[in-house]
Amino acid sequence: MFDNVWLIPLFPLIGFLINGLFGKAIKEEKVIGGIGALMVFCSFVVASMTLFKMISLPGHERVHNVTLFTWIKSGTFQADIAFLIDPLSCVMLMVVTGVGFLIHVYSIGYMHGEEGFYRFFAYLNLFTFSMLLLVMGNNLLLMFVGWEGVGLCSYLLIGYYFHKKSAGDAGKKAFVMNRVGDFGFLLGLFTLYWYMGSKHGIWTIQFTELAKHAELYPVGGVVTALTLFFFLGATGKSAQIPLYTWLPDAMEGPTPVSALIHAATMVTAGVYMIGRMNFLFIKAPETMMVVAIIGAATALFAATIGTAQNDIKRVLAYSTVSQLGYMFLAMGVGAFAAGIFHLMTHAFFKACLFLGSGAVIHSMHHALHHAHSHDDPQDMRNMGGLKSKMPMTFLTFLLATIAIAGIPGFAGFFSKDEILWQAFANPHHGTLNFALWGCGAIAAGLTAFYMFRLVFMTFFGDCRINPKCKDHLHESPMVIVFPLIVLAFLSVVGGYIGMPKIIGELLGGIPNYFEHFLAPVFEFSEEYVKSQAHATAHHSLVLEWGLMGVSVVIALVGISIAFVLYIASPSLPAKFTAAFPALHRAVYNKWYIDELYDFLFVNPCKALGNFLWKGFDVVVVDGIVDGVGKSVLGISAALKNLQSGYVHNYALSMALGVVVIIAFYLFR
Amino acid sequence: METIAMPAINFAAIMPETILSVIAMALLLINVFVPSEQKAYLGYLSLIGIVVTFFTVIGGWGTPQEGFNGSVMQDNFALFFKGIFLVSAALSILISDQYMKREECNHGELYPLILLATCGMMLMASGTDLMTIFLGLELLSVSLYVLAGFQRDSLKSNEAGLKYFLLGAFSTGFLLYGMALIYGATGTTRIAAIASYVAQNSLAGSNLMLLIGMVLMAVGFSFKIAAAPFHMWTPDVYEGAPTPMTAFMSVGPKAAGFAAFVRVFVIALPTLRADWADLLWVLAVLTMTVGNITALYQKNIKRMLAYSSIAHAGYVLVGFVAGNAVGTAGIMFYMLSYAFMNIGAFAIIVLVGKKGEPNNNVEDYAGFGFKHPLLAVCMSIFLFSLAGIPPAAGFIGKFYLFSGAIQAGYIWLAIIGVLNSAASVYYYLRVMVFMYMKDPVEEFDWLKVSPAIALCLIIAVAGVLIPGIVPGYLLELAQKAVLL
Repeated sequence: MFDNVWLIPLFPLIGFLINGLFGKAIKEEKVIGGIGALMVFCSFVVASMTLFKMISLPGHERVHNVTLFTWIKSGTFQADIAFLIDPLSCVMLMVVTGVGFLIHVYSIGYMHGEEGFYRFFAYLNLFTFSMLLLVMGNNLLLMFVGWEGVGLCSYLLIGYYFHKKSAGDAGKKAFVMNRVGDFGFLLGLFTLYWYMGSKHGIWTIQFTELAKHAELYPVGGVVTALTLFFFLGATGKSAQIPLYTWLPDAMEGPTPVSALIHAATMVTAGVYMIGRMNFLFIKAPETMMVVAIIGAATALFAATIGTAQNDIKRVLAYSTVSQLGYMFLAMGVGAFAAGIFHLMTHAFFKACLFLGSGAVIHSMHHALHHAHSHDDPQDMRNMGGLKSKMPMTFLTFLLATIAIAGIPGFAGFFSKDEILWQAFANPHHGTLNFALWGCGAIAAGLTAFYMFRLVFMTFFGDCRINPKCKDHLHESPMVIVFPLIVLAFLSVVGGYIGMPKIIGELLGGIPNYFEHFLAPVFEFSEEYVKSQAHATAHHSLVLEWGLMGVSVVIALVGISIAFVLYIASPSLPAKFTAAFPALHRAVYNKWYIDELYDFLFVNPCKALGNFLWKGFDVVVVDGIVDGVGKSVLGISAALKNLQSGYVHNYALSMALGVVVIIAFYLFR
Repeated sequence: METIAMPAINFAAIMPETILSVIAMALLLINVFVPSEQKAYLGYLSLIGIVVTFFTVIGGWGTPQEGFNGSVMQDNFALFFKGIFLVSAALSILISDQYMKREECNHGELYPLILLATCGMMLMASGTDLMTIFLGLELLSVSLYVLAGFQRDSLKSNEAGLKYFLLGAFSTGFLLYGMALIYGATGTTRIAAIASYVAQNSLAGSNLMLLIGMVLMAVGFSFKIAAAPFHMWTPDVYEGAPTPMTAFMSVGPKAAGFAAFVRVFVIALPTLRADWADLLWVLAVLTMTVGNITALYQKNIKRMLAYSSIAHAGYVLVGFVAGNAVGTAGIMFYMLSYAFMNIGAFAIIVLVGKKGEPNNNVEDYAGFGFKHPLLAVCMSIFLFSLAGIPPAAGFIGKFYLFSGAIQAGYIWLAIIGVLNSAASVYYYLRVMVFMYMKDPVEEFDWLKVSPAIALCLIIAVAGVLIPGIVPGYLLELAQKAVLL
């Protein structure tokens, strides 16, 4: 049925091999970039064909395992190189290859003239390959390979400008924090495999097999433990509290990397993983609560930090963390389809925002470079009034901003509103629901505020750039603008495939296509929730409309405040910070979380490491190792002398060997 | 009219052997007409022969053929080993021409001899009669004696050939005497018949003639696979022989020795299992330890790889002692990967070497990594695989050998194996330290890579990495070939 899906990850792998091995020799940027983008486009074509085929199938026939070959087999353990093709992986495939392709195209323009152009495209293709493995793998181990692969590529690309110390440090930070999460992922994998094997004799790590036996998992207990392990993995990869601090630092990488890896795809892997194993999470109410609380808290917390940053990319980074929080909130309240839906719409508008900010930075950089100015091209305080200089960038950026702010009719509104409604109305968390909704709603207001603050500071008002540079600011070339237009278009219309039920009914019974499409994946969880007695909470239509209205009002309030502060009376923010200096300092310094982590974990670890190195390793371990090594070398020298080179000695040793062996058998 | 009773000849059972020996003889004749600077064509012809033979091996997979009144049996077990022999012969031929030209020793007899040796190995793998196995062993050994001493002008090569011949003859005596004692005890040389005779008359353990026959055969085979304390010939012969032939000798004949060893002991003497497993346990430990520890001190890289090959025979013995499906499949998997990684490493040695090989010491690789990054990466892959570091095939092979031992309850043996493997990392990585962390003593400007050697390196790298990353397919083949 889906026999050719193996082509999807193969194309980027080929691209990686070509650019990685021969890129340096090819030199020609158009060829290198062309290969990189073309390979992802080929994957996109195959993925689209897969999607269309999937849609033509009836609902219950939409889960397929495509096995290529056995990868590892040892005793009861078996892992295949096999792909799971179902609605969920189809959605992810479209996001990864579609958005990925656009970002590859954009990169051709953005990375023009950079040193190591081929290296960039090789890594980017390798990333796409790993991400596709992660998404398509039909078992936990293959997913883990992709999981590690994207982590590696993220590390390599954050540190792309490795001669800059801050970039290298950011790469390391991302890698180490991800490793903490990976440790959780592995523990979860081991626990799950061991539990199902030893308890039920089902030795498997394959998702469909695990899902088939979903009724065997107990509620709570070991399932809570292992889902918490998996969730720890998710917090690392998807930058949630407590492991989120690497993502803002990751902005050291080139902007297309931020768009692809740190906004649209890799950081959503944790959400995808929970969606993939929804049948486990639904059986662990405590974990669900933890996921929901962490998600809501991250959404709110990161949004507060976003309000006071001046670096355009950092604002977007905190925004990403915050939006990922929404997705986890959705997962935690059992609204899996809504979470995946937000994942998709977020990929559209956030990729558009990042690429737009990249275009701005690109233009700023060139302008400043021309005037030999050393101002920071990413600092919004140096921008302003770019609307007339870069009209297309402005327009697309504005559309994406409206989408993320949650203005009705745009993609972000549909997905975010669905999550907020589910947070309020879900049957899982009782009285906590109101708090979850509240966090989400306030975060939505903050989002609207900081995003419009960004737009106003960047595109409106007077141009604050060094006057000498002004004339050098201009619109980017088509290769950069084209992806922006496509993504902005998607940010506007992408939401209509997943309209909330009440709006759909109002418009004449349009169903929520997206939720229907994903239904087979979340079937077990749906049934399970329905079978629980307390699940029959009923909410009135009025309430749902009311909440929707509230969230729209909150968004509008956020935008209005931004308008007042940054357009109407630009002197107000300074007065505000002067009135509450401590608060501003705390928010501006990201609530001192990095310093806290340094104090709590990094410095003690360093101290312990130093002690183990100088106190223990050098003296004790090296002493023992060197001692053993020296004595073995001594034996080696002695044995070497036995090898005299004389044939009769060799024959004698053989004869002696025979005599000893026979004597043993005779006299034993 | 009276018809003459023909023996049950089934040529399908010896098809690969037939093809190879016909080609070998044809090459001997053709050789007369080929001028000496064009002997490489003989190599190409023999490669074609090997490829054809390889296809018959693939074609025979899954359909066991018995022939010659049950004295040969071409089953999956034999076919898998035949594949290993052909791979090692082909890779060795690929690296031969450049070396032999450089050493001005470009005689056409080389290729027929390699083919005949391969033919002998194949007979050892498919022989189901002690006599057939012995026949194969002799065909192999005699060819190898000549190949070891192939460089007539080189003193070292002559020494290698002579030493190998003398000690080989000595060990053959043990093997043949062991076979004779077995024949005396059971009245047959067919290995299946030996097993049924021993079982029917419950000779196991009590019959001294049988027991000593078993021991002497074990000694004879141990010599072939270079197990301690019957390994002393190995370093001298490997060092002196022409490098491509060292590569060939370190893989093919060792695999053939294991094939015959395993078939005879598992099929003919299963009732003596407790006795021979003890003996092999001790041999395995001795072989691994002596091989690795002595290798630590070697300066000459060929000698180092000779000791390393002794150690590897020890690892494979671990799988043999385990005796279960995992261990036995591990033996086959390991021998095949060993063919790729070891011949690959020797190919690099051929490339680095100068005429007369004055620069075969580990120090001579200083700075190699900077001068020839691609070749150094290949060498690193082979060394990593030899050391058993993932994702190379050597790791997977060792993993299956040792996990076979653990499943069979030989925990200590596995631990000793792992410790040995850890010690071995020292001398493999030492080469890499020289390649990447030392400044070059002299330039490598003489170094030229012929297309044949490049092909050999590509195949070897693929053969190390692909099964290392996706071992499933090859392992499944090996499991289908297990004799149990």
